[in-house]
Amino acid sequence: MMRARSSAIVMTVYLLFLLIPIYWLINMSLKTNTEITSTFTLIPATLTFANYVTILTDPSWYMGYVNSLIYVVLNTLISITVALPAAYAFSRYSFMGDKHLFFWLLTNRMSPPAVFALPFFQLYSSVGLFDTHIAVALAHCLFNVPLAVWILEGFMRGVPKEIDETAYIDGYGFGRFFVRIFMPLIASGIGVAAFFCFMFSWVELLLSRTLTSVYAKSIASTMTRTVSASGMDWGVLAAAGVLTIIPGALVIYFVRNYIAKGFALGRV
Amino acid sequence: MDKTQNNKAWFLVLPVLVIVAFSAVIPLMTVVNYSVNDTFGENEFFWNGLGWFEDMIASDRMHSALGRQVLFSAIILAIEVPLGIFIALHMPKKGFWASFCLVLMALPLLIPFNVVGTIWQIFGRVDIGLLGHGLASIGVDYNYTNDALDAWITIIVMDVWHWTSLVALLCYAGLQSIPQAYYQAARIDQASRWSVFRFIELPKMSGVLLIAVLLRFMDSFMIYTEPFVVTGGGPGNSTTFLSIDLVKMAVGQFDLGPAAAFSIMYFLVILLVSWVFYTVMTTLDNAETK
Repeated sequence: MMRARSSAIVMTVYLLFLLIPIYWLINMSLKTNTEITSTFTLIPATLTFANYVTILTDPSWYMGYVNSLIYVVLNTLISITVALPAAYAFSRYSFMGDKHLFFWLLTNRMSPPAVFALPFFQLYSSVGLFDTHIAVALAHCLFNVPLAVWILEGFMRGVPKEIDETAYIDGYGFGRFFVRIFMPLIASGIGVAAFFCFMFSWVELLLSRTLTSVYAKSIASTMTRTVSASGMDWGVLAAAGVLTIIPGALVIYFVRNYIAKGFALGRV
Repeated sequence: MDKTQNNKAWFLVLPVLVIVAFSAVIPLMTVVNYSVNDTFGENEFFWNGLGWFEDMIASDRMHSALGRQVLFSAIILAIEVPLGIFIALHMPKKGFWASFCLVLMALPLLIPFNVVGTIWQIFGRVDIGLLGHGLASIGVDYNYTNDALDAWITIIVMDVWHWTSLVALLCYAGLQSIPQAYYQAARIDQASRWSVFRFIELPKMSGVLLIAVLLRFMDSFMIYTEPFVVTGGGPGNSTTFLSIDLVKMAVGQFDLGPAAAFSIMYFLVILLVSWVFYTVMTTLDNAETK
């Protein structure tokens, strides 16, 4: 009994530690700028949604969200599509150089984006992709494709090889077997991999800021530029922050039962 | 699982190879190219051999950035790993409260890095932040924009806030996979709480814990956005980590040669550490399946 109570206390303290800064952000987003700078209140004295209205009616703000969502979805689609066959190959076959290749892929997950920012800028400018959604989507493949391969490989390992063999004996070709039988079996793995691609592409700032300027500008860079340009509009900044949390919170809710396994990259 | 030997599997890997080669190999070769050349503008390049590398290895700027980076990563790991294990041990095992905790704990992980910075900026500022204001009102002299120590503390607490959940979730996944029979056996043996942890839970968690340490090490070693938003690398250079310094050098001052040499050495350090982790991990994986 003692143990259950101490656990509850530990978890409460920890969750409070996680939530208080978020509460403060939400609190700020509902205040007017004069209230933020002049008085100090734990809940807004005059509740205002003006900050949210500013964001949702001004194209230079809300297009940031649209742009971000476009390249995040593009990136997730590309990553999963190319990672599926590769993960299958790694989990089922041994071939020349497979271990080296797998390690090389992982190193890309681990390479600092700062190293790649400038070369990316020049590469994408020279092929005319600068400031397009696809440029950011491709750039984020740098770390998302290896991650997707890694996660999917972990999940595919759990599927017994006999299933493949039985399907081939039953006359399935590779393509039909893969799409009709194998993919449903690892559906949760695909979901988790997609979740992680979404997450890492959504939270990344450095590359998306370097590769876009106007048409494909992400919400993350919209926020940093506003900070530097127009002094401090704390209320709008906080509201923009709150709005970036919402997609993440929604996605977490859908994958909540797989999230722990997913973070372990399918290796539990 | 014993795998079939078949070199045709290369065809399945080909799409990944093409896309990663486009987004990794080509840019990396550009960096290598810059690192051995010097330029006076106008796209004219002169062979400079290993000059930039020699400069950078000898430069104080790189030494101090590297020193700060190693210190930062060490502190982060020393706090987050034990704390994460501790939290995981106290999480509810199943039912509504388990999902509730999972969702709330995963929340910081899904917040864009720059928003994490913004949250802590708003939270920590002395004039408008709950933390800064609260500390000031109980008489603590806290100001992360002026004081190097305060800036460090803020960034470390922010990182703990941001990433401890990752370690905790990984350990939680590891704990979930332990069959109840192990605990029952331990109870029959009258094992103490500590020996249950030491001989049952910790060994079962070692695999996921390694992933956690690997991910946390890598990500803290290339941290850029959060300190950039909160402190901008300051006050002075006190929170200028490797990535921040690199971006300053490459994009801010446009010193391409030194920045490229810097990048390559940075990359090699990461590569070396990853290789060690990866080797240990695959050895563990193989030992487990045998």
